[in-house]
Order: sequence, then structure tokens, then C-alpha cells
Amino acid sequence: MNTAPQAAARVRNLTKSYGSGDARVVALDDVSVDLEAGRFTAVMGPSGSGKSTLMHCCAALDRGDSGSVVIGEQELTTMKDAALTRLRREEVGFVFQSFNLVPTLTARENILLPLSIAGRKPDPGWFDAVIDTVDLRPRLTHKPNELSGGQQQRVAVARALVSRPRIVFADEPTGNLDSRSGAEVLSLLRAAVDDHGQTVVMVTHDPVAAAYCDRVLFLADGRVVRELERPDREQVLSVMADLASAPQAG
Amino acid sequence: MLVASLKSLLGRKVRLVMSTFAIVLGVAFVVGSLVFSDTLDRSFTALFDATVGDVVVRPAGGGATEGVPGTVTVPADLVDALSALPGAARADGNVEAVGVYVVGADGKVVGGVGPPALGESFSDAPAAGGLEGLSIVEGRAPAAEGEVVLDSRTAEQAGYAVGDTVPLLTATATPRLEAELVGLSGFPGGGSLNGATLASFSTPVAQDLFLRGEDAFSDVWVTAADGTSQEELAAQAAEVLPDGVEAVTGEQAADEAASGLLEAVSFLTTFLLIFAGIALVVGGFLIVNTFSILVAQRSRELALLRALGASQRQVTGSVLLEALLLGLLGSTLGLGLGVLLALGIRAVFGRVGLDLAGQGLVFEPRTAVAAYGVGVVVTLLAALLPALRTARIAPVQAMRDDVALPESSLRARFLGGVVLAVVGAGVLTTGLFVTVPRAGWWVGAGVLLVLLGVAAASPVLSRPLLLGARAAYARVFGSIGNLAGQNSLRNPRRTTATASALMIGLTLACTMAIIGDSAKASVDRAVEEGFVGDFVVSNVFAGAFSPSVADEMADVDGVAEVVRQRVVRAEVGGGVGTQGVVGTDPGSLATLEVDVVDGDADLARGTVLLEEGFAADEGLGVGDELTLDVPAGERSWRVAGLFAENPIVFFPVLTSVATLDAAGFTPQDNLVVVDADDRLDAAGRNAVQADLEAVVADQPIVTVKDQAAFAAEQREPVDQFVLLIFALLGLALLIAVLGIVNTLALSVLERTREIGLLRAIGVTRGQLRWMVTLESVVISLLGAVLGVVLGVVFGIALMYALRDEGLEVISVPVGQLGLFLALSVLVGMLAAVLPARRAARLDVLGAIATE
Repeated sequence: MNTAPQAAARVRNLTKSYGSGDARVVALDDVSVDLEAGRFTAVMGPSGSGKSTLMHCCAALDRGDSGSVVIGEQELTTMKDAALTRLRREEVGFVFQSFNLVPTLTARENILLPLSIAGRKPDPGWFDAVIDTVDLRPRLTHKPNELSGGQQQRVAVARALVSRPRIVFADEPTGNLDSRSGAEVLSLLRAAVDDHGQTVVMVTHDPVAAAYCDRVLFLADGRVVRELERPDREQVLSVMADLASAPQAG
Repeated sequence: MLVASLKSLLGRKVRLVMSTFAIVLGVAFVVGSLVFSDTLDRSFTALFDATVGDVVVRPAGGGATEGVPGTVTVPADLVDALSALPGAARADGNVEAVGVYVVGADGKVVGGVGPPALGESFSDAPAAGGLEGLSIVEGRAPAAEGEVVLDSRTAEQAGYAVGDTVPLLTATATPRLEAELVGLSGFPGGGSLNGATLASFSTPVAQDLFLRGEDAFSDVWVTAADGTSQEELAAQAAEVLPDGVEAVTGEQAADEAASGLLEAVSFLTTFLLIFAGIALVVGGFLIVNTFSILVAQRSRELALLRALGASQRQVTGSVLLEALLLGLLGSTLGLGLGVLLALGIRAVFGRVGLDLAGQGLVFEPRTAVAAYGVGVVVTLLAALLPALRTARIAPVQAMRDDVALPESSLRARFLGGVVLAVVGAGVLTTGLFVTVPRAGWWVGAGVLLVLLGVAAASPVLSRPLLLGARAAYARVFGSIGNLAGQNSLRNPRRTTATASALMIGLTLACTMAIIGDSAKASVDRAVEEGFVGDFVVSNVFAGAFSPSVADEMADVDGVAEVVRQRVVRAEVGGGVGTQGVVGTDPGSLATLEVDVVDGDADLARGTVLLEEGFAADEGLGVGDELTLDVPAGERSWRVAGLFAENPIVFFPVLTSVATLDAAGFTPQDNLVVVDADDRLDAAGRNAVQADLEAVVADQPIVTVKDQAAFAAEQREPVDQFVLLIFALLGLALLIAVLGIVNTLALSVLERTREIGLLRAIGVTRGQLRWMVTLESVVISLLGAVLGVVLGVVFGIALMYALRDEGLEVISVPVGQLGLFLALSVLVGMLAAVLPARRAARLDVLGAIATE
């Protein structure tokens, strides 16, 4: 794998384990991977394969035990908390499985929260573009409990996009949604990549969701074991079946 | 970020109000006491400004500064000399006296409690600075014998109009007189008597009454001519004055009079501020707890903020910002409530005689500063711990479903608490048993440290109690009881912090109960041991009365002996304080059972007997001299003997009535003991009591009591004081109850899902309510048990330290303490009502769906 200049995030020899002794679980085992800029990447794998840990480490939410993670020009593994905070603020956007909106704030305030935390003013043009993309204009003054699940997740997507991060991480963004709302959210993420050149990395179990992506990484037992370029649902399913039947490594 | 904080606050309105309540109460106490004492200050300053001349010429002895005129006078011819001074416009002699009571049209004495009942010679001299002093506002000035002028407010209260006949009682040789009301007086230039009563007579009449007919004055006002300052005039006056007479400026005289009086009422401010402190400490616990729970509940939201790029500082800051807003809100409400409180205090004082209706409430800027300072600082301090704890929330927790706020180890907390409590106990012991300056502060700080230490240690300390409660519950109430017990154990920090608020209130209540009970027991014992003779004659206002009472009683049939006691205060050299001195007749020492252990029981003029403990403290022995500043000037009295502590000799210095007269104290008795003939039977004694009462029948201020009635009278103030403190501690209890309501409400909210599950598997609404109630009772009982234990320890320690101060009996009111415990169970049940109802009303499906 070459270190392509267009990589938004570069992971090298990343290892992370939890617990010690007999209870030691290796979540990431010497993983090296590039997450390319301007592409929609899916990370798949069975439970416990390390895909969430990989994303947390790439998103400056967690640290590996060894190895390196670089976002843009910045090496994450040696950063102090304050620098990591700044990096999250400026370079990273999040979409969570359970939406994670602040219940006391309106949709507009939730969307603008990352900018307000950073003390930055929203770019009005970009804000309008994001709102139009997620089609939330009539709902901006509503509180999260007045919105449907799909609408809440669209607010979350808008929140992730509004600060123009280098990279957006989505953690099973469709896990709590019905298929129609899920499709809407995936189309939004796809559009962000196609129309605005956004980099999106998504962890998912869902082969339908993976089919929206440019590239799918498969993890098992803390390693990247397969990858697919522009797959359809059937290809994804067959790889998943392969992995499920493969003997479990050490 | 600011918006997020604000919205978060507004999203929790009820909790906000409950947490704020404690701050509101604490600040209200601070504001109420400050506003009231400022009002008092302004009012008395105005009064004293209006009751001094430009220069006041007065006897130089002590006692004059006490505001109580003695019999030492300024010679009358000095008035002419003073009015002839180049800087003087005029000079007027005044006669002043206290203990001149006005009997109202209904036969009751007007005023009398608190502010003095004053008598004087009327003068139209202007007050200092050209201020119009006391003037006639209706009718005319008193001119002849049998004429009197009252201040208009007293006349109104007594129900007299000009032309009526007014009965007056005095503590002079003429105990009762009647005079025609010829005019009413007042202060047109501002000032109010603040509830004191003032009867003015013509100068010769006042001299007859108060100075035994001597042509002299209590003091002389010299009014400055135009262009002469007070200081210049005082300097001129000083040159013509004989020894033993001094000239002070009006300003100085007013300051002295006001500061003496304000000092006397300053205990009230201190008292209220102590309760403000208690309310704030208890409230602090409530706030710590509320914020801890809020932070725990919101930890996922806070983790989200961290994931979205908020720094640790921003998250901590947002919690502190909420606290700041809460503090500001609470202080503002407290400010308003405090002004109402000051109005209430003024009304209460009006009822007992200190009438400040003539003075609007004084609101100094300092009061607002103090209110906001106290309210905001306490809130921020209380929120600091929970706010700092948010720094431990990791951003990655936003990704997880079950977010638990990491907690510091209970062991470290326990050890810290124990250390704090031990240090507190040391400080307390130092304050109680070691002679240190400001011992009161030591005691207060020690108590606070112990309370905080026990509160910190209580999650571990109270574990056996909570386990025991769970076992008992499980046995008695089955699985619902078990669940309730488990819930109280689930978060021991929260349970014990909530209980701690109750603990503090109950600790103080129990301490007070023990002090009160012990004080009453001590009073009883003192009366029992020390009551000599058969009857005690005293002034209902704890003041003095005419010596003629004792003279007349000595002539009553069946009376074997009459013993009079005079109590005066003399200044200790240099004005560092005052010393009480008791005067009696030399022949009465045997009846008073004065046990002279060294020297002679010799009370010839100019000698004193000292209580042996006092003599040892002062380093005085038989033959030494005790020097005191009395109205006639400095006097050195020879110590003739030492006597053993005696329960009815109130002060350790005992001398003869004649010595006090010579020292310039007004001849007035404070207490007369009457010994009936031993041969009389019960009926005979009753007859004697009736005859004695007949002597003072026309003096409603003087009463005759037997031992039982006297003991009851002595106990009464203790009872009232304890009752007042209980009322104030009731407020602390209220805050604690709100704390329990708050904690339970939040716990119910937190366990919504679990409660839904319980309902789904068949737990009834009634059972659910019962479960919450049982948990509440555990909390309140825990607080009560800790409080009672600490209260008993504090109470006994305090009484032990005070055993030399005449409070020898340590009495623990077991019944009362039991009542406290029972009450706390009730409190727990009441506090659970609302949260329990809320839990029972949860919709089952909705509750399970809640994440």
C-alpha cells in the first residue's frame, strides 16, 4: 500500500489491547491503512473485530498502544489532550448511531454547536447549503424530541458537516433507523462526498449501507483482512459469508 | 457554549428552584440581619444626635458612658460659668434618670421591655449642630410640681391626652406619683425614641425626684455661639471645670452613647449571621449533590461536547457557569426575601418594645454586595467539585450507551473525612478547654470541620447502617423492601450527601436541646440550692425598683428579715469592660448564706468581699485593693475577705449598699429577699405573701414570688431562647427535606427504565410508591442517627466546658431526641410523596423505551 498524498488519515502499525493477562483482548493488531480524501469508506466486520476501536483512534477519541495515526499533517499518537481537543474541533466531524443531540437545544443550535464551542462564526453560504442538503429548513426551531429519528440523524449529519471537517466519522449511522430514513441519511453522506469533496468514514454492519461506499475495509480479529472497491450488496454479502466461515485466528 | 449552559438550566426548572431555595434562605438571613442592623444603627444615631448638646459637660466618672446616669452631678453654679464662656450661646442643666415607668389608662405599664423608661428635666435647649432637639409638639412645657410631659408616642400608647392625670412609677424614693399631662414632646428635627418612654418634668421637680433635692444637674449642654466649633467650645469649657467634671463634644457623646447601645443589640446580628451560615452550609450540601447528579446524568451529553471539540476547561466552565447563574438568581431572590425578613424582625422587635417604625429600612450598597458575594461564592464553591469531576469524562463515552462517571475511591474520601473530623475535634477541644482568643470561632470552626469530615466519611461510615437497613427492610417488607435498601446502597455518596444536610440540622438541634435542658436543670438546681428566705421581690423588666419597697416590706407583720440586693456595673480600669458588683446590707450576709473562707465578713464602707475563684483569677487576696471606675470617679476598695461561690450572689464582687451609694450609683434595688417568720404555718405564709403583694400593688412592675414561681420565671427565657433556635433550625430542616426530595426525584428519573421494567413484571403502583418512600426513610433516618449522635457529643462537650459558668448539670433530654428521630422518619415519608407519585405514574411502555 503506497502512502498516497490524498490520504485524509494514515494509520501505521496501530495496535491496541484491553485488559491484561488472560483477560487481554487485542482490539487492533498491527493495522496499517490509508483513509483516502474525497472518498466514502466503509469499515465492516463482525462484533469484536476492532472496527469501532479503529474509528475511535482515527477520530482522536481514543489512543492506540503503539503505532501511529496521522490526520492531515498531524500525528495523533503523541498529542496532548488539549491538542487532540483542537483537532477534533477543527478536523473531525461525527455522526453517532444514537444521534446524540443535546435535548435542550433546537435543531439549529445543535447544528451550530461545534462552531459555537470553537467560538467560530458559521459561514452563512455553507450553512444554507448544508441545511438544504439535509432538507431541514422548516425544522430548524424544533427540539430533538419533536423530530423523527431520521430527522434527528439528518440534524446530526448537518452538525458533522457544518464545520467543514477534513474527515467525517459515522458510527453505524443507520443502526437506529428504518430502511427509508436510513437510505436518506446514506444518500446525504454520499452527496457530501460527491458534491462537496468531503471525506467520510463509516462503520456499519449493513451490506446495503456498504454498497453506498467507494471502498469497503473488512476487519477481523483486529486486522484488515479484505477490501473491496465500489462493491454492490451481493459482493459485500459474499465477503461477509467468507469471513464468518473462516477459521478464527489465534 | 453559553447558550448551551443557559438552555441546560432552563430545561431543569424545578430542580433549579429547589437548589436555589437553599441559597435564597441563606442570603435572606444575611440580608435581613444587615438591613436590620443598619436600620437600627441609623435610627439610634439619629436619636442620639438629637439628644446631645454641642458640648456636654458631665461627671468624669465611669458609668456615664454606660448611658445610665448615676447620682454624681455637676454643680448648678457651673451653668452660669459655662454660659459666660466667649464661645457659648447658652448653657442648660439637665437632670436624667432611668426607671420612670408610665402606667397606661388600662393600668398596664407602657413599654418597659428592652428600651429604657426615661425621666428628665425638660429643657428647650437646641441639640448639637443647631438641630432642634426634644420640643413640645402639643400643650406646654412642665412648669410646676404635679405636671408632666410625655413623648407623643408614649402618650398615644398609654391612651392619655393633654389634661389627663398620669400615674408614674419610679425606682426612686418616691415609687409612685401622679401628675397632670400638660404637654406632648417629640423630635420635629428627626429622630425617634425607638420605643423608649420619656417623662419630662420641670427642673426643680426632676431634681427633687432624681437627685434627692440637690440643686445640681446630671449634665450640662452648652450651645455654641455662631462661628464656634464644638471642639473650640469644649476646650474653653474644660478651663472652667472643677476636678471630676469633663467636657466632651456632642459628636463624641452621641458616638459613645450609640456605640454602647449598638454593641448591646449586636448579638442579634451575630445570631442571624450564624443562622445564615448554617443555612448556607446545609444549602451547600444540597448544591454539591444536585450538581453531582446533574453532571452524572449529563455525562453522556458532556462527553458529546468533548467529542465535538469542547476542551476540558470548556466543559468544567459550562458547569460552573450554570452554578454562577444559579447563585445570581438565588442571591437576587434572597435579597428580596431578606428585606421582607428585616421588616419581619422590625415588627417582632416593635412588639417587645423596640419601636423602629419611625425609621425606614436602611439599605446600604454593602448589603447587596454581601448578598451576591455570599450567594455566588457558596454556589460556585459547592459546584466546584462536581464541575472538576467532569474533566474525567472521556470523549469516547459519547459513543457508548452506558456512561458512568468515574468516581474517586471511597477509601481516599473516607480517610480524608476522618482526618478532617479529627482536626475539627482538635480545634473544637482547643476552643472549649484551652484559653485562646476568640474561643467562639474555634468552637464554630471545629464543629463545622467535624460535620464536613463526618459527611465526607459517611459513605463508608454509614455502610453498616445501610446494610442493616436493607436486611431489616427485606425481612419486614419483602422484595420491595430489599429493592429500596439496595437502591440506597447503589450510590452511597448520593445517599449520604443527602442525609448529611439533615444531619447538620439535627446535630445543631440536638446540641441546642441538650444546652437548653441542661440550662433549665441548672437553673432549677441553682434556685433549689440557692433560694434563701421565702419570697423574692423583683422587677418584671429585670430592672431596678424603688428602695422604699424593701423599707415597707420590713414593716409587714410576719416578716423576719428583708435582704436587698443591688446590682451595678462598674468599668474596669481603662474601659476594657465592665464588672458586675452586688451590694447588700452588712447584716444580710448570714441570710444570703455567704460563706467567708478567708478574711472577715466585714462590709464596712469602702470594703468588698470577693468570690474566691474570681480573686484567684485577678490575683487579689485579703488586704489587696480592687480598683474600679465608678460614677464618682476611680475608687479602690479594700478586699476584706473571700467567699465561696454562692448561687444568689450574681457577681463575684460583694459590697455594702452604703459603699455603692458613696460611689455615686443611684439607690435602686434589683432584688429583695423576704424571710418570713419560721413559726408561721402555710396559711400564715400566704397571708404574709398577700400583705407583701399589697405593698407593691400600685407598682405593676414589681412582683412577689415564692420559690416555685421564681424558678419558673428563671426558666422561661431559656425556654423561649431554645424555642427561637428550634424555629430557625426548622429552616435548615426544610432545606434538608428539599434536598431529599431533589435526590429522590433525580433518582426516579434516572431509573425510569428500571421502574418501567418493574412495572412490566407486575409491581403495582402502590408497591412502587412504597419502594421510593422506604428509600427516603433510610436517607432521613441515616441523617437523623448521625445528627443525634454528633449532637449529643457536641452538647455534652459544650456543657462540660461550661460547667464552671454556673451550668453544672448536664442533662440529655432523651424524650426530645427520640422525638427528633421519629420526626425524621415522618420527614422522610413526606419528602417521598412527590417523587413516589411520579415514579408510580410513569407509563410502562414509554419508560422501557427510554434509553
